[in-house]
Amino acid sequence: MTTQALPSALAAIVDDFQALSEPERLQLLLEFSEGLPELPDRLKDHPELLEQVVECQSPLFLTVETGNNDDGAVHLFFKAPAEAPTTRGFAGVLHEGLDGLSADEILSVPDDMPELLGLTRAITPLRMRGMTAMLGRIKRKVAAESRAQA
Amino acid sequence: MPYPVDQNEKFAAYAHPERLVSTEWLAAAIKDGAVADGGIVVVESDEDVLLYETGHIPGAVKIDWHTDLNDEVARDYIDGAAFAELAASKGISRDSTVVIYGDKSNWWAAYALWVFTLFGHQDVRLLDGGRDKWIAEGRELTKDRPAPAAGSYPVVERDDAPIRAFKDDVLAHLGTRPLIDVRSPEEYTGQRTHMPAYPEEGALRGGHIPTAASIPWARAAAADGTFKSRGELEAIYLGEAGLSEGDDVVAYCRIGERSSHTWFALKYLLGFDSVRNYDGSWTEWGNAVRVPIVKGAERGSVPATVGA
Repeated sequence: MTTQALPSALAAIVDDFQALSEPERLQLLLEFSEGLPELPDRLKDHPELLEQVVECQSPLFLTVETGNNDDGAVHLFFKAPAEAPTTRGFAGVLHEGLDGLSADEILSVPDDMPELLGLTRAITPLRMRGMTAMLGRIKRKVAAESRAQA
Repeated sequence: MPYPVDQNEKFAAYAHPERLVSTEWLAAAIKDGAVADGGIVVVESDEDVLLYETGHIPGAVKIDWHTDLNDEVARDYIDGAAFAELAASKGISRDSTVVIYGDKSNWWAAYALWVFTLFGHQDVRLLDGGRDKWIAEGRELTKDRPAPAAGSYPVVERDDAPIRAFKDDVLAHLGTRPLIDVRSPEEYTGQRTHMPAYPEEGALRGGHIPTAASIPWARAAAADGTFKSRGELEAIYLGEAGLSEGDDVVAYCRIGERSSHTWFALKYLLGFDSVRNYDGSWTEWGNAVRVPIVKGAERGSVPATVGA
């Protein structure tokens, strides 16, 4: 698998990670954790609209919204506590890499894309599962919403 | 040189008060310059590999339980040479006073302390209440990473036998001496083969080692993450679990980290001389061929065929 198969924003993130040394990759992941946007108020007040990804070591909730706009863009929303920066960092990567894309673009992202970030040794395989699970959950939700609208 | 022991009423009741320091003690030591001058080395050890980077106790260095302390290829801890290199790089010398703290009631910090003890590091202590208590009290955090002068650490080979049990040790232990299972009740009964949210650390079978008492690790901690008082701990481990003074005890969990916390409580707070942590724990026992398990809430008994 190469980054050519990825949507351009996600490919750029993968390239950034791959260009760095391992400690620098962790630093970049930390920056993504700090850059994860807050939930909009309409979701903050309705935690039941988010689903928990139980494979993550720390509580991570997400939801996707499709079809509320004319361009078919999918929007992603995440909630993770500040004391779980690794989980937040993964959420930040997926938000920056996938938010605003079409359902088809998101569904085309390979399931093992998180492996491309080069974090497996530093983060440990166990901690990587959470990110793979997060991507899997996003794709399942996007697919389900696309079917519902078809 | 060992730094003076924290004197307070709660710690004085424990068998080894010198193994704990309070947040007040550490804050005063930092103010006195004991961390800045290297007399005390403060180590943060968390579950989340990036948590230290979001802010830590001023002067603290980071040691990651997985990437620093585990061997990359063998299912084992690092060897004496690697530990010496790690310690020196963190500014730790053989005679340093090391204070370890971390997230989640010091779950991972206790694990790091146990590994330090495998190498016979003399003066290693836990910060009672850990990271969460320090933050809850509004104490200072920083993102500045210290650059400590290298410590001087000899290559000391690990001495596993006194505090580490292997599967064969547990088989020999069965039936005559007590075991403490520190996992969740669902893992103990066999309803679950992994902790909630940790599906990759599962096992083929669910249940517990025959005769083990179920005392989930976090019961040793109070709501603020500090250890419970000696009286409360005695009610749990001597009363409920049925341990007696002088018992030779083995504690286990799933990979040996939660049971390090219980190991610390039994060894240093209640004063059991012989306590071993079975780090193979359920990921080994629950997958091993021809070892007995018990399902359900009863402790169960050892089948006659074991050891035959």
